[in-house]
Amino acid sequence: MNSSPVTAPARPPVPENPWLSHTVRIEQIVPEIAEVATYELAFVDSTIAATYQFQPGQFNMLYLPGVGEVAISISADPRSRERWAHTIRVAGSVTQSLARLQPGATLGLRGPYGNPWPVAACEGRDVILVAGGIGLAPLRPVIYELLANRNRYRKVTVLVGARTPEGLLYPGQYADWKAAGIDLQTTVDRASPGWLGNVGVVPQLLDRMALPAPQETVLLVCGPEVMMHFTVKSAQRRGVPVENIWLSSERNMQCAVRLCGHCQLGPTFVCKDGPVYRFDQIAPFLKVEGL
Amino acid sequence: MSTSAATELFLAKPHLQQLLNALSARGYCIIGPTIDQSAIVYAEIRTVDELPQGWTDQQEPATYRLVRREDNAWFGYAVGPHSWKRYLFPPFATVAVADRTAAGWQMSTPHEPVPKYAFLGVRACELAAIKIQDKVFLEGAYVDPIYRARREQAFVIAVNCTSAGANCFCTSMNTGPRCTTGFDLALTELPDAFLVEVGSDSGGEVLAELQTRVADVEEQAAAERARQQAVSQITKRLDTTDIRNLLLTNLEHPRWAEVATRCLSCTNCTMVCPTCFCASVNEVSDLQGDHVERQRQWDSCFNLDFSYMNGGHIRNDIRSRYRQWMTHKLASWIDQFGSSGCVGCGRCITWCPVGIDLTEEVAAIRGETP
Repeated sequence: MNSSPVTAPARPPVPENPWLSHTVRIEQIVPEIAEVATYELAFVDSTIAATYQFQPGQFNMLYLPGVGEVAISISADPRSRERWAHTIRVAGSVTQSLARLQPGATLGLRGPYGNPWPVAACEGRDVILVAGGIGLAPLRPVIYELLANRNRYRKVTVLVGARTPEGLLYPGQYADWKAAGIDLQTTVDRASPGWLGNVGVVPQLLDRMALPAPQETVLLVCGPEVMMHFTVKSAQRRGVPVENIWLSSERNMQCAVRLCGHCQLGPTFVCKDGPVYRFDQIAPFLKVEGL
Repeated sequence: MSTSAATELFLAKPHLQQLLNALSARGYCIIGPTIDQSAIVYAEIRTVDELPQGWTDQQEPATYRLVRREDNAWFGYAVGPHSWKRYLFPPFATVAVADRTAAGWQMSTPHEPVPKYAFLGVRACELAAIKIQDKVFLEGAYVDPIYRARREQAFVIAVNCTSAGANCFCTSMNTGPRCTTGFDLALTELPDAFLVEVGSDSGGEVLAELQTRVADVEEQAAAERARQQAVSQITKRLDTTDIRNLLLTNLEHPRWAEVATRCLSCTNCTMVCPTCFCASVNEVSDLQGDHVERQRQWDSCFNLDFSYMNGGHIRNDIRSRYRQWMTHKLASWIDQFGSSGCVGCGRCITWCPVGIDLTEEVAAIRGETP
């Protein structure tokens, strides 16, 4: 497949009321791992569907009237034109209520928001995606993008870690991704009967990898903060420059449009300056407890 | 503009009522200082008799008292617990509504009448605070429609301070006490008159309807002396030298734990602050759950739930919450909006129930005090 790159959309038109959601319908619910499902959402208004675009790493605010809103990264193919996948873990009241909905139900959606993964900076380079647990969901659009234009990138590696084999996200897609030219490796913290793969934390996969050209390697990391911390350390030890390391961060998100103050991380707003940050732009603030 | 900003016009004191009348005739709801619950607050007024004539506010850390002045000044106080943000950025507002229909949920924008405010008695620090909130709500990629609608219509009558409170430090923040920009009209109070400066065309138009004359040299000198008196009464200082880096490189300073032993995390400082803009949205539904209003309410980084995420709280102790508030206000605000978030009004010091003084906290982190 050799399609044109995802064109960086011009900034979407700024809505008159940034709090106003579009109505979307749940087209399909795909159970993934325990407590996690992927919701395929379609806009009821076809004119919005026709213009809606997102970039890998961006998120939407999903809204259940009467319950609340929650920030969910988009895990769809950036070329989606009719329905958009959101992989959601049950964590709070909104996601719990979502889990009770059936296909056909409607909810609100506004977005996309936030800074995307630096896909353009990956061109001509070795690319390593490191995901812990549900952290693979915000990285999946990057995988779709890399595969759509596989020849633009050199070696592409995806390192996936989970607590247990049953916690590995999107296992049904691994074979396709490998066949399409991705070196995909998995590891689990604790094996279960029948598991013959790696046991250990995901930064160890990075430790063991050959990095022939660390200066020409781009690292995209998403997962629990402690996992990102050790992954970045490993990459730095191996000579990957800080400006090639990107990670996705998370904070309480309410307005998503830099107006409510909740998502501050150091001097940044995660909704505007993140969720994807270049590591050196956020490094001093990641290690401060309770910031 | 018919009158140059440098020219001051003389308005005999009783004729201030003409200004109120002219604004009322134009459909403005006039918000001005008035006394309620033993404090000078901003509320709707119709006559100059409702102004706090002859009263002043005595302020110290954790202390606010109204006392009689020796004279009968109408604007002879500093600032009270209210700021104009409660009118431009209302404490409660409905930002969106959702209705369940046969075709599923439909979301829409509520259309409520926008109040047309004239603010009387805006201090220089408060003009600076409005300018800062303009930056927050109007100058980013996304605009807050509620703030914009109110702000665009607002008529601003500034009043230069002629005295200062003990918690005032606008001179350290370069925000006052002189009103220089951001007003339609600016007044300086003399015993029997106001000298009026025009700051906008609409200010000039309104002023043209009042009985004024050009102030003479002596009157202008008296106004300048009155304004200078405020400057000389300000004793509190905040050293802002390199304050952004000072605070952001001292995130583990022991002072944060020390101030946390005093701070009650009550949110008062953020409620009275004229620039704090944090808010949360609550879902308010009818009994059947078919009509839902999304109500925005002022929130505070001192509330535990403010940093809730995935079943936990990022800032789960007072140390981290006080640090967030102060580093945001004085340091990261500079990264985010190009200026400090503090205007030196001193409200957070006065209304802190335990009298925490942020100028002292900065000095401690600077190592100037133990």
